[in-house]
Formats: sequence, C-alpha cells, structure tokens
Amino acid sequence: MNAVIRNGRIIDPANKRDEVADLFVVDGRIAAQAAADAEVIDATGLVVAPGLIDLHVHLREPGFGWKETIESGARAAAAGGFTTIVCMPNTSPAADSPGTIAWIRDRAAEVACVNVLPSGAISKGLMGEELAPIGSLKQAGVVAITDDGRCVQNNELMRRAVEYARMVGVPVFDHCQDYSLVGNGVVHEGYWSTLLGLPGWPSIGEEVIVMRNILLADCCEHEVHCQHISAAGSVRLLREARARGVKISGEVCPHHLALTHEAIQDFDTNCKMNPPLRAKEDVAALLEGIADGTIEILCSDHAPHARFEKEVEFDAAPFGIVGLETELGLFLDLLVHKNKTIGLPRLIEMFTVNPARLLQSEAGTLSVGPAADVTLIDPDLDWTVDASKFQSMSRNTPFDGWKVKGRAVRTIVAGKTVWSL
Amino acid sequence: MSAEVRWQRKDLLGIRELSPEEITFILDTADAFKEVGTREIKKVPALRGKTLVNFFVEPSTRTRTSFEIAAIRLSADVINISASSSSLSKGETLKDTAKILEAYHADLIVLRHSSSGAPQFLAQRLKSSIINAGDGAHEHPTQALLDTYTIRSRKGRIAGLHVVIIGDILFSRVARSNIFALLKLGARVTLIGPSTLVPREFENLGVTVRHQLDAAVLETADVVNLLRIQHERQRKEYFPGIGEYIRLFGLTKERGQWLKPDCLIMHPGPINRGVEIDSELADGAQSVILEQVTNGLAIRMAVLYLCGGIATP
Repeated sequence: MNAVIRNGRIIDPANKRDEVADLFVVDGRIAAQAAADAEVIDATGLVVAPGLIDLHVHLREPGFGWKETIESGARAAAAGGFTTIVCMPNTSPAADSPGTIAWIRDRAAEVACVNVLPSGAISKGLMGEELAPIGSLKQAGVVAITDDGRCVQNNELMRRAVEYARMVGVPVFDHCQDYSLVGNGVVHEGYWSTLLGLPGWPSIGEEVIVMRNILLADCCEHEVHCQHISAAGSVRLLREARARGVKISGEVCPHHLALTHEAIQDFDTNCKMNPPLRAKEDVAALLEGIADGTIEILCSDHAPHARFEKEVEFDAAPFGIVGLETELGLFLDLLVHKNKTIGLPRLIEMFTVNPARLLQSEAGTLSVGPAADVTLIDPDLDWTVDASKFQSMSRNTPFDGWKVKGRAVRTIVAGKTVWSL
Repeated sequence: MSAEVRWQRKDLLGIRELSPEEITFILDTADAFKEVGTREIKKVPALRGKTLVNFFVEPSTRTRTSFEIAAIRLSADVINISASSSSLSKGETLKDTAKILEAYHADLIVLRHSSSGAPQFLAQRLKSSIINAGDGAHEHPTQALLDTYTIRSRKGRIAGLHVVIIGDILFSRVARSNIFALLKLGARVTLIGPSTLVPREFENLGVTVRHQLDAAVLETADVVNLLRIQHERQRKEYFPGIGEYIRLFGLTKERGQWLKPDCLIMHPGPINRGVEIDSELADGAQSVILEQVTNGLAIRMAVLYLCGGIATP
C-alpha cells in the first residue's frame, strides 16, 4: 500500500512537528520518501494526524452481539477517525481468561477494520473477589487490566492487583465508583436529583476511589489510570498527585463536557451514563484540568445499547451512550472552537501520543517506520450528527441532531483507507 | 370560562409544569364535584362510556381506592391492574404493557410506579390520558392538589400562609408536589427533618430548610403537614431509629402546644400514631386528616374529568 498524502498540515506531537508537508506511505508504513506508484491523496486544508487512539470502548462481543459487534464497533471507530481502540472486558464471558482474549483478537483480525486491543479483567468474572490471571492475560495480549463497568471495592485486592500488574508490566485502568456511597444512584446528586426524586450518584463516590487509586499508584509505584473522570474533586486530586510525581492519570469523555445534569429533566435515558452528567462547576473543572495538563487523555466510553433496552423506566435503563462517531467532533467543537481550552496540536496529542505512552505502544506517531495509521481531519467542517447514519449497531446518543464543527474525513490503517467521508 | 379554554392537558404528570392558574382551575373544578359526594345518588354521567385503568405497579390501597371511587362517581368503567397481577413480573416491559392497555382503548390510565418519570415515559408514547398517582420520589400531584384544596377550603387562601412540612422529604413525592404547588400559589414553605432526609439542596427549590422542630417555627405555622416515617423500609443509615426521631422531630403533645389554635394539622396517611404525630393531635380539633381523604375524591374527580375530556378523540 503506497501513498502520498499531499499538502496537509502534518501535526505529529510525538515528533514536535506541525507543518504543511507531504506524508509518504510505503508498504503500509510511514516512509521518508514516496514510492513510484504511490496513490495521491490530496490533504490540502486538512490536518494530517497520527491515527487516533481511544482507550475506552465497549465492543460488546462476546456475548452482547445485539448491541454491537467487533466488526460494527470497529467501523464506528473508523468513521470517528480512530485507528486503534481498546475494548473493555465486561463481555459475556468476561475477558478474564487467555482464551477469551485470544477469541477477541482472532475475531478482530478477521473482521475489524481498525486495530482492536483488548483489555483484560482485574478480577475473575469482574466480581472483585479474586485476581484474574493477569500474567496470562498479558501474555495473551491485553494492553491494560480493568474491571470497567465495575470497580474493585476491596482495597487489599486492588493493591495486590496493582503490585502484580507492575510485575507483569501492564497498566491498571479503573472505573472509579464507591458502591457504598453511590448506592442505587442514577444521576448526579444535586439540584436535578432533588427536584426529580431520582436516586443521587454523588461526586464523592468517584473522588474516594480516585484518592484510593492515587494512594495505591504511589504505594506500588505503578501506573493507575482513572477512567471517565467526571467530578471537580477528582481533577483536583489528580492535579496534586501528578505534581508529586505519582503515576496516576485520568481521562475525560465528551458528554461530561457537552452536557450537565440539567439534560436529565425529561427523563431521557440517553442522558443516563455512569458516571452521571454533573454540574456546571464540574464541567469547568474538567476544562481546567484539560487546559493545565492534569487530564491528558480523551476517550469516548462508547457504550452501545439497543433501543429496547434504553426504552424503559429511567432507573431501570442501562447506563451509557455510543460515542465513537461523535467524540472527535464534540471535542474539537468544545475544546478547540468554543471554549478555546487547547489548540489543535494539544488535542491530537491527547488522542495519540499520550494514550500510546500509557499502552507502551509505538502507535500514535508519524515517525518513519511504524504502520501508517493516519487520520485526516477537517477541523472546521460544519456537520450535523445523524444517529440513523451511524456505523455502530446502536443509536443511544443524546447528540442526535447536534450541529458540530470539525470531524475526521479519512481514516487510514496500515496505509489502507478504511473509511472516508 | 369553559374547561376547554382553561385546561389543555391530556395528562396530569406533576405539579411542577402547571401554572398557578391551572392549579386554581383544578381546585375550582373540585368545588363543583365536592357536592356530588353528599348526594343520595353519588354519581354524575361525566365520563360515561370511558374506560379507566388503575395501573398500580407499586402497591397502594388508599390512592387506588380514591381514584376508583372518583371514577365510579363519574360513571367511568374501571379496571384495576396491580403489579402482582400484571405481566411486568413476567419480564414484559412497561412500554409493552402500556401499549396493550392502549390497544384496549383505555381512555385514562392512572399510574402508580416506583420509578421517577414513569408517567412521563407513558405519556410520551400513548394517546391515553396518563394520570400520575405517584412516581418514585418524584411527584404525587393529586395528593398535593387535595392538600392545597383542603388548606384553601379551611383558610380561604394559600398566598401568604406558612406551611411547615415535617419528616422524610428526600424520599417523598408528596413533599415535592406540595412544595411546587404551595410555592406557585404564594405560600411560604419550611421543611423540617433530619439533615440526612432533608438535604440542604432543597433550599434551591425556594423553601427554608430547618433541622429543629421548635417553638420558633411552630408558632408561625398556619399548616403543619406531617409525612410518614418509614424506618423499617428505609436504609437504616439515614437516621438512628424511631425513638430518636420522635425525640427530635415528632409532633408530640408538648410541641403541639406551640401551634396556633387555628393551625391545621395534615397527614397524607397512613399515620404512624405516636411516631410522626401524637395520637391525640391526629384526632384533635386542628386535624383535617379525614377531610383530606374526602377532598381527595373531589380533586380526583376534577382531574379525571378535565383530562378525560381532553383525551376524547
């Protein structure tokens, strides 16, 4: 696969590159010079970025193929500009054994148009009681361990998991939720939960576990990554810990910036996610955390659910929304255009080199040599979200009909265009 | 002015979305229906030929009976479906069950459900009129309407009165609907109870929150509305026990002496005698608890009449 991506603005934060130039692809890899028979892709006016990485995606297979499959989820990723996605282990069976990891990898090799990297469970069956075979999972190819969707409540078990993961050399991701504080909470504990009489999910239910994870990362001297951070207090805790050099990180989803808990007032289950939409002050704190580098990774928490599953009473509905196909547009719109929190190079860094570093992956750069995973972005393109056109099998989004500025227009994996607008 | 002009809603989902004029209009309509209950023949033909389904996905005897009597007095045909006899326990979704009720051409569905927002869910999907008979900890609009009706009929007004609501506010749909109705009609509202059950966040709704049941508040109360305390059902971390609750927040005879002689004592029932209220006070001259029950019929007749009229195809 040979190509010349001509005349685009190459933004390659890993190599501190930001210039209008041509990018060469030879045999599916980034090259220093063009091959003779190269296909020419005109990128005039576009940003040429390393293929984007999303660390937090639910592909639902094995077990929940009516919500999403590895194939459809990968297509959704491609349509959103992502060339590498990390899939979460809360499948059925849970991804807590080398066999299940092998099945996911085989299936991905067969049907996925982007790179699918599996994560493995921290605990057997995600039950939070016994360690999963983390060493075997690593050998089977997991890039991280997490009980995402659940949170290990037993601090001793979590401590041993982090210690063990350090030995094995795999980062620990954690969905931060203290069950005793959150109880049956379904929406942010605050004005709207009070008004609507819905069970509250207080910010402190997240902050307590972020604090726990900071202490464990410090104690075990190993990377712990706090997933989908939503609360102002979590940002403050992360900022203080990172300043001390603790190996702790956090990620932010677009819905926690685009919406507040006010969105739940009509009991729309597409505004029900875990952690919940929070208050204006939390959104401001997340933006501040992104601006000052406390938060250096962006993700979707792509969580497909069928319509019939979401079309139930609010407290009975499953948590989560699809995100891969709206993620880049929303972040560009909110962070670069509307709030001017960060510039384009920083945004691309948060989608490429930063997550790659956590995964110890060579992806996320346009260096000569590695596979040519490239995303072409039109940062100023005005478009309207149309859920009916999603590549994902599910449509559970609160953003249908939103007008957004900026999106990926072509996604290239190992030199091959897997999606273009 | 005719009902068509003043009432445009097919559903009664909550008080929050109503205007003060709409609330007053329901109360005025209830005035007209109240007299029906005192007649020898307690029946008017207003909803003759209409089918009303009492769809109770959470157990209730009082509210269901009240709606049933109200519907019968309006000559509607009434079917009662409760959670245990419904398909919900067999795994059918609320939407599917409701669609079946609609396929039976139910004109009115009175819904009691443990999930906040369940009536909104049905109203968005069905042509039938949906009347909220209590959803989760969200709203119980007919209870608030009958409470306001009772206050208005005794005091002649709502505006300017000081209404004190005591008890478990956090989990109470009665409290929320009462707060919305009373504030819209110009009353001053104070909430009293343990800090765990009356969180400060309620102040943002426009009420005063206090954690002491003392003379300062009771001497200025025009109405005291007591909510049922359910320690057995509630998570026990919210307050230590009934004994301590009575000591701190029970309307005992001693505290009752602080009340103005014309202060009304209300309770949505069922009463825990000796817990939230002393038994003698519950039966005393200031108590309007049984009037609330009677007025509930008039209010529910008014609501069914107004919404049932709108739903006519």
